[in-house]
Order: sequence, then C-alpha cells, then structure tokens
Amino acid sequence: MSDDARRPDPDELLRRISDDQQKAKRGTLRVFLGFAPGVGKTYRMLASARELVDQHVDVVVGTVDTHARYETAALLLGLEVLAKKRLEYRGKWLAEFDLDGAIARKPTVLLVDELAHTNVVGSRHARRWQDVVELLESGIHVHTTLNVQHIESLNDVVAQITGVQVRETVPDSILDRADAIELVDVSLEELLERLREGKVYLGEQADRAAQGFFRRGNLLALRELALRRMAEHVDSEVRAYRQEHGVHATWPAGERVLVCVGPSPSSARLIRAACRIAAGLRAPWIAACVDVQVAGGQSSEDRKRVESHIQLAESLGASVVRLSGAKVSEAVLEHARKQNVTRIVIGKPTHPRLRDILRGSLLDEVVRGSGDIDVNVISGDPGPGETTSRTQLDSGSETARGGYLAALVIVALTTGAGAAGRAWLGIPDTAMLFLLAVMLTAARWGRNPSLLAATLSVLAYDFFFVPPYFTLAVDDARYFLTFAMMFGTGYAVSSLLHRLRMQGQDARSRQERTDALYALSHDLGTVQDEKDIALATTRHASRVFDGASVVVGRDSEGAACALGEWPPGTSLDPSDLAVARWVLEHGRLAGRGTDTLPGAGVVCAPMRVTGEPLAALALIARNREPLRADQRSFLEAFCRQAAFALERAQLAVQARQAAVRARTEQMRSSLLSSVSHDLRTPLASITGAATTLRDDQVDGSTREELVETICEEAERLERLLSNLLDMTRLESRAVVVKREWVPLEEVVGAALTRLEPRLSGRKVVTSLAADLPMIPVDPVLMQQLFINLLENAVKYTPPESPIELQATRDGDTILVDVSDRGPGLSPGDEERVFERFYRGPQSGVSGVGLGLPICRGIAQVHGGWLTASNRAGGGAQFRLMIPIVGTPPNLEEQSAPEEET
Amino acid sequence: MTETGPAVLIVEDEPQMRRFLRAALGSHGFKLLEASTAREAVQLATSHNPELILLDLGLPDGDGIDLTRQLREWCTAPIIVISARGREEDKVQALDAGADDYLTKPFGTNELLARMRVSLRHAQQVGSSAASPILQVGELRIDLGRREVAVGDRQVRLTPIEYKLLVYLARNAGRVLTHRQILAEIWGSTHGVQAHHVRVHMAELRKRIEVDPAQPKLLLTEPGVGYRLRDRS
Repeated sequence: MSDDARRPDPDELLRRISDDQQKAKRGTLRVFLGFAPGVGKTYRMLASARELVDQHVDVVVGTVDTHARYETAALLLGLEVLAKKRLEYRGKWLAEFDLDGAIARKPTVLLVDELAHTNVVGSRHARRWQDVVELLESGIHVHTTLNVQHIESLNDVVAQITGVQVRETVPDSILDRADAIELVDVSLEELLERLREGKVYLGEQADRAAQGFFRRGNLLALRELALRRMAEHVDSEVRAYRQEHGVHATWPAGERVLVCVGPSPSSARLIRAACRIAAGLRAPWIAACVDVQVAGGQSSEDRKRVESHIQLAESLGASVVRLSGAKVSEAVLEHARKQNVTRIVIGKPTHPRLRDILRGSLLDEVVRGSGDIDVNVISGDPGPGETTSRTQLDSGSETARGGYLAALVIVALTTGAGAAGRAWLGIPDTAMLFLLAVMLTAARWGRNPSLLAATLSVLAYDFFFVPPYFTLAVDDARYFLTFAMMFGTGYAVSSLLHRLRMQGQDARSRQERTDALYALSHDLGTVQDEKDIALATTRHASRVFDGASVVVGRDSEGAACALGEWPPGTSLDPSDLAVARWVLEHGRLAGRGTDTLPGAGVVCAPMRVTGEPLAALALIARNREPLRADQRSFLEAFCRQAAFALERAQLAVQARQAAVRARTEQMRSSLLSSVSHDLRTPLASITGAATTLRDDQVDGSTREELVETICEEAERLERLLSNLLDMTRLESRAVVVKREWVPLEEVVGAALTRLEPRLSGRKVVTSLAADLPMIPVDPVLMQQLFINLLENAVKYTPPESPIELQATRDGDTILVDVSDRGPGLSPGDEERVFERFYRGPQSGVSGVGLGLPICRGIAQVHGGWLTASNRAGGGAQFRLMIPIVGTPPNLEEQSAPEEET
Repeated sequence: MTETGPAVLIVEDEPQMRRFLRAALGSHGFKLLEASTAREAVQLATSHNPELILLDLGLPDGDGIDLTRQLREWCTAPIIVISARGREEDKVQALDAGADDYLTKPFGTNELLARMRVSLRHAQQVGSSAASPILQVGELRIDLGRREVAVGDRQVRLTPIEYKLLVYLARNAGRVLTHRQILAEIWGSTHGVQAHHVRVHMAELRKRIEVDPAQPKLLLTEPGVGYRLRDRS
C-alpha cells in the first residue's frame, strides 16, 4: 500500500478535530458500567467522587439512589447533594432530578445515577440520558451508572438470554461518546453472596430475583456482554488513536448496510441485528422505511409502530430514509444502488406462502433484484400484533363499504339485464356482460369490491345462466374456465388500477409538497425583511400543517422573541416559548410528540442552513396530534427553505451595513485628507511665526504682524475644529435636538452678537414679520445655523455689500431668507454648496466647506430644509424652512405694561 | 510690576495652561496661587482666601462642578470656570453650581481679563452693601428709588415682572444668568414656570429697551444657557 493510502482521510481528520473542539467545550462523560444490579456501580461512583472531593474538585451529587444499601448511603455523607425538583403527576408529588438546578449550580463534576431512568412526566426530557446530554453540552462533567441490559443494541440479546424485556434503554451513541467507561465487575459468587445477604434486594424481592434474573446462567451471559462492550469501547479508542497518528488500520472497504423497516413488530429486532452487523463491519448503516401504499392509508397503529422503529434506528445511529413507491422491493433496491449499499438486511417471511404466491414475495423480489448486493435474512419472530394492514383497513373504511354495496347492485343489474336479453344473447355473451360488471366495479371501487363482484357474478352466472339452471351444479367443465377468467380478470384489473391509483396518490402528495415548497419559496423570494419572511413562513406553515404557527427568533439581546405569527394574534405561552428557546439553543426538533419536552402544546423545529439555528418554527396543530414521520421530514425541508430566506435577509442586512461602513470609511478618508491640509496650514503659520519670534531679532512692526498671524491662525483653527465636531455630531446622529419654544429674534440676535467681531461693522438688515410665533427649535443649533449662514455671506461677498435677513410665516412654516448682493452662485452650485468639503471658486477664502452642510444638517434635524439660489438682480439667497410642530405654549400671566409707581 | 493686586487661585492640571495664565495674569499685577488638583485647590482656598478662582473642570482627582459646589459652601470669591467642555449643558451646570462665569477654551487674554474684572467688581458691589439708588449700565439707567427706567433720554415703561427682570440683570451686569437662576429670582421658584416664560418676558423687555430687538445691544442671549446684560464699562 502506498503512503497516500495510508494517510488518514482528511474529512475524517476534520471531523475528529471538530469533535475534539466540541469536546473541549463539552463536559466529559464517565460511565460506571455493570452487568447486573448490585455489582456496586453507585458505590464505586460515590467512592471515586470522594477521592475527587479530597483533591478539591467541585463535586455535586445530582441524583443517587442508594436502594437503602447502608454502605452506599454512608458514602453520601459529606457530599453536596442537589435538591430534587418536585413535580405533580396525577395528583401525586414526585421527586425528580432538577436539571435546571444542576445547570444553574454548574459544578465541575455532577453525579447522575441510573442513566437509563425514565423521567417523571412533565420533565423537560423524557429520559435521563437526555438530561445528561444537556448537562454535557453546558460544560459539566458527568459521572453516571448503567447496567448492560439497558444498552439499546443489546436489548434483545438480553431479552433472549434472560427472558426479561427491558423497557428502559439508552442509545449506544451515548455510550460511544463516553470519555471513560469504568467496568464495575465482581465475581458471580460474590454477587450471589450479596444477594443472599440482602444487600441487593430485600426480603421477598430477593427471593424472586434469585429465581428470575439472578440465575447463574443469566449472570454469566450478562457479564460476558458487559466485558465485550467494554472491550469494544477500548477497541474504538485504540482505533481512534491509530487513525489520529496515521497508523495504518484495516479500514473496511466501503461496506454499507441497509435494513428494511416496516410496521411489523419484528422490525425492531431487525434493526438491532442490522446495528450489530454494521458495528461488526464498522460500516455506516441505513434504515429504509417504505411508505406502503394502501387504500385509505396506513392504520394509525401501523404508523405508530413505524415511528417507533424509526426512532429506534435513529437512536442506534442509523441514517433513516423514507422511500415511497408502489413496490417495496423496487424502492429499496433503487435506494440501495444509489447509496452503494453492500448488504441488505431483511426479515424472514412469517406469513403463509400463499400470500407470496398471490402477491409476490418481498424477500424473493429483493433477493432476485439484489445483483451484487448481499442479502442477510434475519429471523423475524412473529409478534402477537403482526397483521397485514391491508385487510384490516379495507374492510374498515367507508368507501369500501359503499363499494361492496355497489358490487351487489351492479351484479344484480347485470343479472337482470342478462335475464331480459336471454332471448337473443348467447351464454358467452352473458359471461361478457358479467365480465364488464366486474371490471366496472374494479375500476370504480377497487380490489375487494371487485372480488366480491367477481364471486357474485360467478354465482349468478352459474345459477341463472349455466345449465342446469337455478342450481349451482355445472354440466360442462368448460364453464369453470369462464369462472376462473372472471375472477382473474376482476383481480388483475383491480390490482392494476389499484397500483395506478396508488402511484397517482403518491405523485399527488409529492406534488402537493413540492407545490407547497414552491409556493413558499416563491413568496419568500419577494420579501426582504426578516419580519416579512417570518410572516410568509408562518402563513404557509399554518396552511400546510393545519394549525397556527409562530416563528421565534432572537432579538438584539439574544432573547427569544416572536418574529411573525399566523393567524395574526397567535402567541406562545411561556412554556411553549421555552420549547422554542430550547430549540434555538440546541438546534433539534422538540415539543409535542418528540423526545424532548413531549408534553408541550407545540412542536418546534429549528430553522437553519448550517451551524446555529437562525430561528425556530413553532407549530400549534389544530387537532393537537403529534406530527407523522413524513410530516416531520417535510417540516425539516420546509424549515430549511425558510432558513435560506432568513439567512439571505441577514446577509443582506450585513451587506448593507458593510456598504454603509465602506461609505463611512471613504468619507473618513476624504475628510482626513481635506482636514489634514486645513489643519496643517494654520499650524504651519503659527509655528513659523512663533519660532521667528523666539529665535530671530525682529523689529517692532514685523513682530506685531507675526503676533497678529498667530492670533488669526489660531482662531481659524478653532473654527475649523468646532465645525468638524459639529459635522461629526450631526452625521453620527449624536445630536440630541432639545426643542424649546423660542422667539426667532432671540436666536437671530444671539447669532449676530456672536458674529459681532467677525462682522467688523458690516451692516446686517433684519426684518422679521410682526406676526411670527415662537418656533419649536433647539436654540443652540439654530444659533449655529445662523452664524454659519451669515459668516458664509460675509466671507463670499465684498465688504461694503449689504446682507439681509428676512423672516416670514407661510402657514405652518417659517421662512427665513439670508440674502446678499455678492457674486452669487455659479451655475450648478445651488446643490453643490451643501456637499461636504465643497468650496466656492473664490480664492483666498478660508474654510473647509463644512459650514453650509452643517446648516442643512441642522435644518434637517428640525424637520426643515435649506436651499440656495441666485437672487434676481445679483447675489445669493439661502432659504431656511422650519415647520412649526405642536402648539406654542400658552402664557396665562401675559400682562400689559403698567404705569410705574 | 507690583505684588499688591488681587490674589487669584488658578486650579488647572495642564502645566502649559498654567504657564500661559501665569504669564498673562502676572503681568497684570495679580497675585497667583496655583493648584493642579482639587485637594490642593481646597487647601489653598482655605489657607489663602483668594479673591478670585479660575477653575478647570477636568481635574485628575475630581470633577470641577463638585469642587465648585464644595467651595461655594463657604467661599464667596467669584469662580470663573475655564474649560474645554463647550456644551451648553456644562455651562449651565457650572453656573447653577455657583460659578460666576464660564469661559470655553481656547480664549484670549483680553476676554479673560474682562471677565475677571466683571466678576471682581460684582463681588465688591455685593460686599459694599451700601447699594446706590441708581444702577447705570451703559445707556441704561435704573432709578431704584423711583422705579424709573430710561435708555438714554427715553423713558421706558415696564410691567412689574419686566422691571424685576431688568433690575436682576443689571445688578449682575456682564454675568450670564441661567434660566433657572432667573426663574428662582423672579418667580421665587422654578416650579410650574418654564424657560419659555423667561423668553417671552425677555422678548417684551427687548422690544422696549433695544432699538432693534433682532440685533440687541444690551440684552444678550446665550442660547441654551441664559441671558446677560452687556456691560460696556
């Protein structure tokens, strides 16, 4: 073998790395595995916990059942024990392990006894091992105990050995992810001794146990199983090590196992067998379940059994596929070929051979069609409940009953017609009439009514038309052939039509789903916003899954919140919201009819593309029934579709933000380049002047000039800085507009007062209309606006030209015009002057081109606007429009002037 | 250069700024005390009882506003805040806390000296309680005894509130009075009356006193802070 082939598969390595990374965050799991009750698992767990406590590790006992064993109870002394949660169930108060309490306490190591325990109804998870998974995910190291007979894949082996069916099982995947398995082993003699001493069970219970479960043979076998499981674990660790270190291992060459799962109770056995075979081959395995098309659908019993089988297969680590097709064998083989399956596991038939002859045998068909695929046939012991669903159903349904009646009527009518036409119809013609009746029945009402029709036809034909008449005796053997043909035709036609109908139904339901998904994606394609997507999703979900639905996402603080619901007004109560939150956190299906929080009113599915769920879809089914498996897989597809849209929306938001950032960045850089120039120029003058004053001998007039330069340039710097600060504040929306009712003249006056030094005697003509009301503005910002406007006019116009400020009222708007008689604006500059860093063409004017943009910004934050235009007769005019929002305050104590005393 | 001028306490943590103030004020005959922390400021104020305090708001060991309040509890010397914080809220806070004036950095020596003179004169007036019956601010003349107001030769008639307002401004000529201070002085409390009441009365007052109310020469507005009667003397 070349070096290349010996190198570990990169995908495998990546998986290992991500496993390792997850492990780093996750708590570790230590399992104390025993082969029977009483071997001392709990004792060992507690003993090792005490050792940890001695090493100052934070150990807390989550739950421990000492089974009234004195030695075990003694070990509990001095350990911190978590308080149990009390749950009410059917009027009784039951104590249960407090999962939330444990997560809140967050010890380093938590002891959780009895991994296989079934939780009290009303707990978050149905099973304790699920609690443990959550504990591990929240980073708590867990020590737990388990008996070998509770391991899922060994369940039926144990049942065979001991004759005791263990109901509480733990999926193998839990054991596989255990970081350490500690086998608690004692010799048989010692265990039996303990049993006799009453250390395992007390009194009568002990006697019963000794005769039942604790038989020597049983114990031996169980011990062997436990040791073997332990060895497997060690083996897999060794393999992991070898793989990690590039040690060449005989890696199974692409074996892949497929097991056929059906409603038959023996399927569970089949699944476990397949699991063992796959484990032996170290191969992945698939559990394929074929939706058998039956008129009127499967019975609910069958559906439930199929569901439980699928869950079993999933818990044992199979990947489950649901196939549909008219023929089971074809569907299975097709999938097997597509997936390069090397081995198909199938059950031995348990039904009479006759059925195979009539309907064809699944086993036979699979074996014949398998080609190079191996077929393992496993014995399927017929459980008491095994029945074929077909007969059960056909007789039960309404349409079938109508069909039988119809068959009766049609045959009666045909008999009548035959009798009426006896004069000119030959006997074979009459047979044809009956054949037509059978075919009609088959075409319209399906197989069983058609078989009835065939039977009745044969009888009627024989009785009325075949000599000797009015007896069932037959003269001529030829007629038997006619009878057989009638039967055969009826059966063949009805089978054919039945299959066609089933295929049609199958195609229809596929079509419906495809249509539903298409409709959803179509609607999702037209909306952009997260909320709209949520709304569209719920609208479709409510229709498709028949009920109400809510999309739950995360708000900005990461708390769960409803993004959209349908029908409008639907809301989740807190417990349902908790389900959604759990789904958001864990990314797995939860709620009604699932493993997690099965008691909830909703079923909740994660909406995710890859990684973290983006949202969760909560369904409140109208009939309150849990989802069928096909609905579940459809729900998954549905959620994925919606998740794509959600992801797209989120990406769009991110893209927009990125664009804004890019623009800001661009602005910042243009600002920097402009600012650095404008900052440096006055600084250069100041530095130059100051150093000259310091270093050189300068005469009086030069000295004065230099000092003047320093003062002027410093002032210029100051103006520039405050402009920059104002602009930045306006742009970053950090400006809080503090509206107050102020007289316009006060603001204008304040601006003129401030500008006084800069105006240096220039005349500003103000004319404010007498009817001006108070205006709701921020006086500070407004003053800034007028200062900038007037300063701008001063800068760009000749010193002797007049500046006018005029204010009028136009309805609910105040118009303020600041006009000059300067050179006016160049064509096209009417808007450009409000751009940042744009400066008029006049040279020798200082400024950065921020004054006017600031003005417009201030006008905008007041809900107003600022425009520029050229005046008739020369000069520029700036018009400020400020809306009057709200009512000016009423001043009750407005009094007239009084005579002074 | 004499050392007999008024004692001024400079509270400022920037050495460059202190150097500038030392140069600017020293040459005008002020006696200078320098503190760079709030603690030093309190110590020096207690031990030397300065006649004026220049206070920077950003001190390493405490906020200048708190220091102003603390000093005001026992110290009557005028406090002029010099700060780079230019926001109106800061000014109002400082003035309401008891500062007499507020100068935003950067400022020129002339402006500083003018403000200091106003503050010192005001403190002296308060000290010499023998209030003259005539208040004269530029062209404005208020005869307190006869409750007569004149601008130049023109007699002006005012409502009682306007009169009270004008007298209050005139007594504090050159100083900024915040809305809150005016409300408290004229209406006795700040409860129920708001800044716009002051504005309306100021607008009326301006109409009577100013030639062009939109270009006031006497009754100046400090937007967001308050009002000031210009003191040209």
